[in-house]
Amino acid sequence: MSTVTTRRPGRLGESVARPDGVPKVRGEFAFSSDLYAEGMLWGHIVRSPHPAAVIRGIDVSGALRIPGVRAVLTADDVPGRKTFGLDYPDQPVFAWEVVRYLGEPVAAVAADHPETARRAATAIVVDYAPTEPLTDPVAAIDADPIHPLGNVLYRQKVRRGDPDAVGAVVVEGRYETGMQDQAQMGPESGLAIPAEDGGIDLYIATQWLHVDQEQMAACLALPLDKVRVHLAGVGGAFGAREDLSMQVQISLLALRTDRPVKIVYDREESFLGHVHRHPSFMWYRHHADSDGRLVKVEARIVLDGGAYLSSSTAVTINAASFAPGPYRVPNAVVEAVAARTNNPPCGAMRGFGATQTCFAYEAQMDKLAEVLGLDPIELRLRNALKPGDTLITGQVLRGAAPVAEVIRTCASAPLPAGDPATMTEIALPGGAGRTADHNRVRRGVGFAVGIKNLMFSGGFDDASEARCRLEDGVATITCAAVEVGQGFVTLAQQITREVLGVEDVILAPVGTVGIGSAGSTSASRQTWMSGGAVQAACLAVRKRLFESVASRHGVAPETLEILDGRVVSLDRAVDVAVAEAAPGEVLEETVNFRHPPTAELDENGQGDANVSFAFAAHRAVVDVDLDLGLVKVVEITTSQDVGRVLNPVQLIGQLEGGIAQGVGLAVMEEVVLDHGRVRNPSFTDYVIPTALDMPPVQIAALIEEPEPGSPMGAKGAGEPPLVSSASAVVAAIRAATGLELSRAPVRPQDIALAGQAPSQGPVSSPTNGKVSP
Amino acid sequence: MLVFLPDSLDEAFEAFEQCPDAQLLAGGTDFMVEVNYAHRRPPSVVCLRKVGELCGWRRDGAEVVLGAGMTFTELMDPRLSDLLPGLAQASRTVGSPQIRNAGTLGGNLGTASPAGDSLPVLSALDATIVVASRHGRRSLQLDELVVGPKRTTLEPGEIIVEIRAPAQMGSQEFLKVGTRNAMVIAVANVALVVDWAGQSVRCALGSVGPVVIRARAAEQFISSRIDWTTRTLPDESAAAEFADLVRAAARPIDDHRSTADYRRHAVGVCSFRALRRILANHRDDTLGRAS
Amino acid sequence: MSELINYRLHVNGVEHEVADAWLGESLLYVLRERLGLPGSKNACLQGECGSCSVLMDGKVVCSCMVLAASAVGADIVTVEGLSPGEQDLSDIQAAFLAEGGVQCGFCTPGLVVSVHDLLEHNPDPTELEVREAISGNLCRCTGYGRILAAVRATQESRQG
Repeated sequence: MSTVTTRRPGRLGESVARPDGVPKVRGEFAFSSDLYAEGMLWGHIVRSPHPAAVIRGIDVSGALRIPGVRAVLTADDVPGRKTFGLDYPDQPVFAWEVVRYLGEPVAAVAADHPETARRAATAIVVDYAPTEPLTDPVAAIDADPIHPLGNVLYRQKVRRGDPDAVGAVVVEGRYETGMQDQAQMGPESGLAIPAEDGGIDLYIATQWLHVDQEQMAACLALPLDKVRVHLAGVGGAFGAREDLSMQVQISLLALRTDRPVKIVYDREESFLGHVHRHPSFMWYRHHADSDGRLVKVEARIVLDGGAYLSSSTAVTINAASFAPGPYRVPNAVVEAVAARTNNPPCGAMRGFGATQTCFAYEAQMDKLAEVLGLDPIELRLRNALKPGDTLITGQVLRGAAPVAEVIRTCASAPLPAGDPATMTEIALPGGAGRTADHNRVRRGVGFAVGIKNLMFSGGFDDASEARCRLEDGVATITCAAVEVGQGFVTLAQQITREVLGVEDVILAPVGTVGIGSAGSTSASRQTWMSGGAVQAACLAVRKRLFESVASRHGVAPETLEILDGRVVSLDRAVDVAVAEAAPGEVLEETVNFRHPPTAELDENGQGDANVSFAFAAHRAVVDVDLDLGLVKVVEITTSQDVGRVLNPVQLIGQLEGGIAQGVGLAVMEEVVLDHGRVRNPSFTDYVIPTALDMPPVQIAALIEEPEPGSPMGAKGAGEPPLVSSASAVVAAIRAATGLELSRAPVRPQDIALAGQAPSQGPVSSPTNGKVSP
Repeated sequence: MLVFLPDSLDEAFEAFEQCPDAQLLAGGTDFMVEVNYAHRRPPSVVCLRKVGELCGWRRDGAEVVLGAGMTFTELMDPRLSDLLPGLAQASRTVGSPQIRNAGTLGGNLGTASPAGDSLPVLSALDATIVVASRHGRRSLQLDELVVGPKRTTLEPGEIIVEIRAPAQMGSQEFLKVGTRNAMVIAVANVALVVDWAGQSVRCALGSVGPVVIRARAAEQFISSRIDWTTRTLPDESAAAEFADLVRAAARPIDDHRSTADYRRHAVGVCSFRALRRILANHRDDTLGRAS
Repeated sequence: MSELINYRLHVNGVEHEVADAWLGESLLYVLRERLGLPGSKNACLQGECGSCSVLMDGKVVCSCMVLAASAVGADIVTVEGLSPGEQDLSDIQAAFLAEGGVQCGFCTPGLVVSVHDLLEHNPDPTELEVREAISGNLCRCTGYGRILAAVRATQESRQG
């Protein structure tokens, strides 16, 4: 909701300060939870306490009797389509007849105080008949359907070459990754204001305004122009805000009460109220010749999609497409399946299917190296993809693919100094808990490299729209690209200054009114797509500016350029400040930017489905307390293929932040499920790295091989840091302990009690390794 | 008045007269979690922040007397950490700086969580907890105050006012096992005190039972093996047997944070290491003095 | 709703009246919803993230863990109270910006308060001391690297 202006000029390639930084450090930046409207009511969503149940009846009369309660809504109150979904609307706004996951919305309340709304929520009596939840995704595939659309959310095969090829060396393994949560700091929140025209103005933190708008319109039975979505300040996303959270419910409450309504989730509700990273259950078999060159990769991957589809389709396609990793693989037999269960729904989280398979394929590569007696780095270099190689999907790598350089620079960077034998006690595993014994701490080093596709794929017609308006030397950019913290707002200004030579760049408020979709802030796509749209719009305005100047000065527009904020001709006969070059004229251009078309994968997973790929490697150094299984991550080194560095400090922020989430996935983060119940929906027990857990990050190399086709040569950088970082940490723990460790996150007992039979308890895998070829 | 801010114990007791069902509030770090998540809706509150008698600490002969209102940050004060090193170590592991600045020793006792970080230390020191009401005072040992998970024998109208513990009792170690280096609920914690002068060993375990457990058999065993004259452990294998007995004393459960097997294993490792560390440090101190 | 109370709070040097408030409201809630000070943030309401950090009688605490009505008589300072003038920045705030320590910004106010408190009590902390001092402030975006750089830059500029 803010119009921001620049404070300090800066172009592409510089560490320009972010334009929203001053309000953010002063505590004045309006996040979605900070919004206020006169006369506003507080909303609260009522959620199912059961992972699976039949709804026999809902009695709202108790809630309506409470003074201060203004509305109570259920499924019957949804005027339009009663379901929503990113890919397909299979998910109810309010459950009716059945609930399919713990936390599923069943009703909503609006009241004059948040405490009243909460009390009203508990006064709603829902008559549930709990049923046995289906929680094993492997079993779910063949089990009785828990939804009319069945339990297979998506299945993707990839077949390449000779399925019967064998290698001289064969290595097999089973791997699992747990359910990670985005744990964005800003809780889900929004403010809906009913409009005079019978429509709704929703101020919300989200990732893709226009797709929210479409789903809302369908559910609210309103035309698109009556559903106006405005971006409120976003406190991080990482995929959690790609699906609808409260958008329909809060709008319904506002329309019903004819009052503004605000909803703010508490942290527990946030954990239940957004999608998570798909848990994965993977079986792999790698075949190689005696020189370590990969001959065939077989993989079967089962993803737990939870109760509803969300973006399981694309996650499954990614998992399958990148099943072997950034390596040349002539033959592949891969299948990935996402299954529907009564576990919490899973969808987009930074890494999006590529993170899970990286954990498996990099463990396999290390096993292969050991069997062959080869250095693990050398093994990877022998197989590393390079431009002109073909992926298992049949797509030829036509862009930059400096995989070998990424591997080499990362692996050869200096190791950190220091030795656990002499370190101060609080720096050892266990920290201030003072549990470590110097003699029982072992240091290990691990390595992993990963591949991530950039942007949407599989034939999706992705586009981003941007408008540039230039008036008297002030440029205004209108683009619906969502700023979630990554710094797109900074980039938009940098691009504009670069193209138009202006200092003042205003960013118009972000919303659906008057501008088309910019697509989602996800898939590492915004720099390319919306950066590209902004650049294209600025270039179009520059063309108009040159035409205007040219006609006024009687020169050809092709002879003009912008230099140091001035429009100049080659011979300097024309030399006028941009601010004065077209006095009184408003030059405005709107551009819809698209990338070259991609193709859908066919039934064998073949097709040119992706626009671009990025590669990153990580080397982790860990100290492990061998007896207690506590891990201290000492350092992580990385190299990343970035195309071009557009803003160094912001880029480093993406690398360090993504690596932190990788550390979490490796050693501490997991949504613990017990028969469909989330056991740890709080920051007390879903633990993310603190400043005492996060190691320093050494950036070995930022490889700048400009990506052909990318508007500024840059590659998206947000996801690659979270594809292989967790794998590197676990590899380091394996090196320190000699243990196989086939599951992430690694828990202390996985190390400390490795020789012993596992105890009973809800922390174990529901499938018990049943994934088979 | 529904929220009372008494300046003294007498004023606090008067508040209870007015509102017998008032709930006690110390640092708020447990209380407010429950209120914020609607698990607790207090009809009225007596806040202890300003009650003078609960603030600060003093020496009283061989004992240190701690006001129940002392925060964990205050318990880390260098002068106190000299007198009660185990408690200072434990305090450093509590939560975060924000939590340590607010959370109190009395609150840790009143909450009576099986994972409370100060509790094993207080148990190992055989600390006395003084509780007051308008009817007078009574003194309790930890196991008389905390009788179950989050259950105390405090009567309505009673306030924990003081904790008395022996000053500079021997060598002390507190070890806490958690899955993260800050803001972590203990998966297991161990307090070990080797009372050289009194020739006894105290070993208290947290998070491995419904309440803090004193590993008495382990204590008696290792006490009988320590050479109190030389203050050494002549038979090093006794340390391993000590750890076995500690493990046998633990009664842990599986929960979402950890498993019973791991917790049992962890207290064994921690008690072993704590003992060895105390012996090694003492040896180094002795050597230092001799040369 | 029953249980409404009135009291006064001293925040950023100003006396504020709080009227007709539910007694269970946290200081965080009152700052944000009643006193027009939404700078302190509400990421967890459990004392586990530090986004609500304020200074209370010179000590950094989680305002979500403080019963507002129990803070009567205390000297409370929020991020707004540490922000000079209308648009100016303290050296800590400027360093956060210059070093890239701000991404989504949700954790930032709490960190500004914690770092202010740290440097008041310990003007030249080691890296480990800084990490321990901010261990109660969760950041999900930055991985803490640029935040540590910001603290280091502030230390250096205060010394130089």
